[in-house]
This record gives sequence, C-alpha cells and structure tokens, in this order.
Amino acid sequence: MRKWNIVAIAAVLGIAAVTFHAYAADKLKAGWIYVGPVGDLGWSYQHDLGRKAVEKALGDKVETTFLENVPEGADAERAIEQLARTGHKIIFTTSFGFMDATLKVANKYPNVFFEHATGFKRAKNMATYAARFYEGRYIQGQIAAKTSKSGVLGYIVSFPIPEVISNINSTMLGAQSVNPNMKVKIIWVNSWFDPGKEADAAKALIDQGADVLTQHTDSPAASQIAEQRGIHSFGQSSDMIKFAPHAQLTADTDYWGGYYTKRVQDVLDGKWKSEDTWGGLDAGMVVMAPYTNMPDDVKKMAIDTEAKIKSGALHPFKCPITDQDGKTVECKGGDHLDPGQILSMNWYVKGIDDKVPGK
Amino acid sequence: MLLLEAILLSVISASTPLLLAASGELVVERSGVLNLGVEGMMIVGAACGFAAAYMSGSTLVGACCGILAGAAMGGIFGILTLGLAVNQVATGLALTILGVGLSGLIGAGFVGAKIVPAPHLYLPVLTDIPFVGRILFGEDAFVYFSVALIIAIWMFLYRTRTGLVLRAVGDNHASAHALGYPVLRIRMLAVLFGGACAGLGGAFLPLAYTPFFIPGMTAGRGWIALALVVFASWRPGRLVAGAYLFGAVSILQLHTQALGFGIPSQLMSSLPYLATVIVLVLISRTRGTAGSAAPASLGVVFVPDR
Repeated sequence: MRKWNIVAIAAVLGIAAVTFHAYAADKLKAGWIYVGPVGDLGWSYQHDLGRKAVEKALGDKVETTFLENVPEGADAERAIEQLARTGHKIIFTTSFGFMDATLKVANKYPNVFFEHATGFKRAKNMATYAARFYEGRYIQGQIAAKTSKSGVLGYIVSFPIPEVISNINSTMLGAQSVNPNMKVKIIWVNSWFDPGKEADAAKALIDQGADVLTQHTDSPAASQIAEQRGIHSFGQSSDMIKFAPHAQLTADTDYWGGYYTKRVQDVLDGKWKSEDTWGGLDAGMVVMAPYTNMPDDVKKMAIDTEAKIKSGALHPFKCPITDQDGKTVECKGGDHLDPGQILSMNWYVKGIDDKVPGK
Repeated sequence: MLLLEAILLSVISASTPLLLAASGELVVERSGVLNLGVEGMMIVGAACGFAAAYMSGSTLVGACCGILAGAAMGGIFGILTLGLAVNQVATGLALTILGVGLSGLIGAGFVGAKIVPAPHLYLPVLTDIPFVGRILFGEDAFVYFSVALIIAIWMFLYRTRTGLVLRAVGDNHASAHALGYPVLRIRMLAVLFGGACAGLGGAFLPLAYTPFFIPGMTAGRGWIALALVVFASWRPGRLVAGAYLFGAVSILQLHTQALGFGIPSQLMSSLPYLATVIVLVLISRTRGTAGSAAPASLGVVFVPDR
C-alpha cells in the first residue's frame, strides 16, 4: 500500500514545476534534491538548513533551488536532469537511493558537478560525501549506559543497511565501555518515516523495560513518547529538544552547511574536484546537540569522549572487536576497523542479543 | 503496569484512526460509491485539525475542523463523480494526490509546532481499577466516539428505513431510481459523511496519537482503512473486529521483535494484507448471511435518464 503513496508523490512531482528566481548571469546556480519533505524535521530538513547556510555565506554569488519529496528510483533521474538542464552548475543529491540516477545524469552533463550523499559511486564530475554518524552514537551509548537504571536501551530502526547496523554497534560499544552488561532491544519499523509506528515502537520498548530510547528513523515521535513516559531519549538527525525538553539527553545532528559552502565556493574558484568526503565530529559534519538532563559527571564524560574522538585519540571501532558469535573481527585499519569494514557492516558486536534481519 | 495491559492500550489507539476512516468508507461503499481517496481525505483532516487545534488551543475545535476538511474533500469527490459522472477510481486516486499536496501546503507553517494531546478520561475509582480500568475508562474521546459511531452506523444501516434505502441504492441504483429515490443525493450525503469520518480519523493522528504535524504523517493508513472495508466484507460488526485485529497485528509485531522471537518483521507487517486476501477468497465461496455484503453497484457510474 505504501507503493501507492510513492506513485502519488511521483505524480505530484510531475505536476509541480520548479520555481526559479529571475535569471542573473553572474550568479552560480546550485541545486538540491531531497528524498523527503523539507519539513520532516530530520534528514531532509538538515540538508535544507545546509542549503540556507550556503545562501547566507555566499550571498549574491549564488542562487539555490531545491526539489523535495523526490522518490528514489527512475523518477529521480528526471528531477536531477531538470536541474542540470536549467543551468545549475552543482547539484547535491541527498539520499542513498539517488546513486545510479545521479551517475547517469552526470555522464550526460560533463560540465555540471554532482555530489551524492552516502553513496559509493563516483565519476570525474561526481563526488560523494557522508558523515560519520557512528562517532556521535558512541557518545550516546556511553551516556545511555550511565543514565539507564534498568540497563536496557530501546533502539528504533528503519532498514538493515550498513549505516544503521554500524550505528547500532557503535552505540553498544560505547555503552559496554561503561557498563559491560548493558542490553539493547531493537525494533525495525521498516520505514524511515511513519510517526505513528515510531511512537508505537517507542511504547513497546518502554513497556518491555527500556528506559532510554534512541532511533534511526526520522520523526520526533519517539522523543515525544519518552517525554510523556518520563524516561530519556536521544534526538536523531536534528535537535529534537523542543519535543522532549525533559527527556532528550543529546542528539547527533547532521550539519551540512560547512561542507556545502566549501564545495560551492570551490566551484566559484574553479577548484572543484571529484572526491570522497567522510567527515565526522572533527570536520563539524556531525554536531552533538547540547548535553542536557544529565548529572554533571555524565556530562563531563560525554564532553571528554567527544574531545577524544575529535582528536583521534579514541576510535569507536577500536580493536579488538568481537562479533556476536564470539569471533574476533579482522582489523584492517591498524588499531581500528577500516572505513570499508564500517561502510559494509552486516554483523552485530558481542552483547547484542538479536539477529541482523535477513541473515 | 502489566505488559498485557500496556499492549492492549497501544492496540486501541493504533486501531482508532483505522476504525474511524473505515467506518465512513463502509457507508460510502454501501451506497455504491468507491472512494479511493481515503488517504488524501485523512491527511487533509490531519493538517487542518492540527492547524485549528494549534491556533485555538482546543482539541475539540481541531477535531471539528478535521471533520469539515475531510467532508470538503469528500465534497470535491462527490461533485466530480456524482455530478459530472467521472470515473471513481481515477478521481479517488487524484483525490489522494491532491490531499497529500494540499496538506503539505496547509501544514507547512505548523511543522515543528506542538500542542497538548487530547485529554484522557479519568473517573475516580473506575479508572483506577487494576488492568481493565485504564482500558475501559481511561481512553481519549476519539476512542469512545469511534465505537459509538460504528454502533450508530450499524443501527442506521440495518434498523432504519433510510439505511435500507441507502443499501438499496448501493445494490441496484436503477431500481432505486425507478422507485423514486434520489440516488445521487443519497450518494452525495454518504460521500460527505465518509469524508468527515476520514477527516476525523486523520485529525486523531496529530491531536491524540503523536501530537505534532509532519507532512505525510498518515503514512498509508487510508489505504489500510480501504483494505479493512473489504476485509470486513462490508459489514459493520466485522469492521470493528478487523480494525482491532489490524491494530493488534501492528503492535504485536513490534513487541515480538523486542522480545526477540526471531519472526521476520516484514512478514508480520504483511499479515493484515494476507488476511484480507484470505478473507476475500473465503467470502467469495460463502453464500447467505455469512458471506459478503458487497454492494452490487459498487463503483458503477450512475447517470439518471431525464
């Protein structure tokens, strides 16, 4: 039934025309493609904040356009091409599912620069970028283990892709560094965005004993339930403190403004290069929301850990790491897992009493 | 709180929007009209309901605006399919597309705002009874209203003359027309009622379920409500059972995951639809009162000869 929704949105998109500002020859046109509505208060919302940051930083030199609610798949190609055809010099496509469509359009328009978020396919005029969300998750895991009385963390997740799995593992490694017996209960809602279902999952987790909630889905529903039930929660993608003023401990927010501004500036300077950027806390692409609703010692620990990750003194996936079957994981990155291992993770670390779906 | 009690409370609130929207669609379909735009009417009801509740600070005002907005969407559908005899399936789909877009527009200014959720009933002593107290006497007004509504619909359809006429219109509009009943007017009223119910079901989401508005927050519940009417084989009694069954499956699949039973969550999520298919097969093989009450003129365009 969800499919109908996508069909519906695709059709809306077909009807909707992009609004362009008056043409100005000296301005660089930059375009963004979002998978969700800019008002999702999560993923797409944060990308749009990044776009606004570009406008603010570069002012008259740029002109920005965005297309929201673009479905992943064949229709995305048309949307991306529309931007390429209308004189946009740099185009950011901000969801994993836009990967092949972006590559196709990039091959057709060699003079336009493309940037694809969270993917792994590149071309001469197509770069990739992503953020190391797992760094923030490690800190959250530590905070959760310190704050939880029941020793059970509730985790609401969308789809079993490597990014989500590596974030669960990083959270648990952080938690185990404080309390080796910390437990996690995981619920897959099979959707990035279904506030009702996310709320139901939150209730189910609390009813089964979790007293700290975290999520890898996009709406603030779970935070709101945590607030109602008087337990703690973490925001996701954006700061959700407004929905959980007494419950939110922190949030790992994605901050794209700095990256976007730099890349657009590179185009202006003629210095743009196709490369892969994977920035974390140190690059300012992942920013922790203020540490709130926790005792001072926990806050101090969080700040310390954040500083250590930034300086490189601590890697969330530092070796040795044991998987849930008790096998030691091969350490390809020296004293920690290498990026390839993290980006293709499909196994749980020791201490997670659950199975990766489909395994 | 016992786990079972907690699960039942979640099931009731998960089922309520489905029951509200499906109740309206049941009446619409019994009058012979197939309105596939339930999702669109729901999401507009959600956006308008939230906007009104936010500005007035009252859940009741919000609910009323949700009802009116849903009915207005139903009105658009009615004018097109009844007045202009446009294809119902295409119009229903278009109504959903319109609703998704319109709700985003209406709700754009309210994204990120929050409101106080609908209050829950509290009766001293009664609500404090262990286990059953909160389930029976501690719900919000939407829950009680949804149950009262489906009982009223049952009484209307099977115990009143007007209900009989409505069913007649749905089963054979030519005969009903020949007998002098205003087929199109009856259908129009049914469509407006269906829109109002969908609007209320939609408004329940931002007013009581998750008290904030985000575009697309109905997340396919309108389509589930449509499936539910078929599942119920167009009978109000089975509709209640179906709504709570669908709600129960969606909540239980979350709990079984957290308990670590190892049943694939995708399989659990697809159970309601699987059940709908099985029911369709069963009712097509059963005759008599146990079988389907599918209206014979469902989805057929009626143009009165003048």
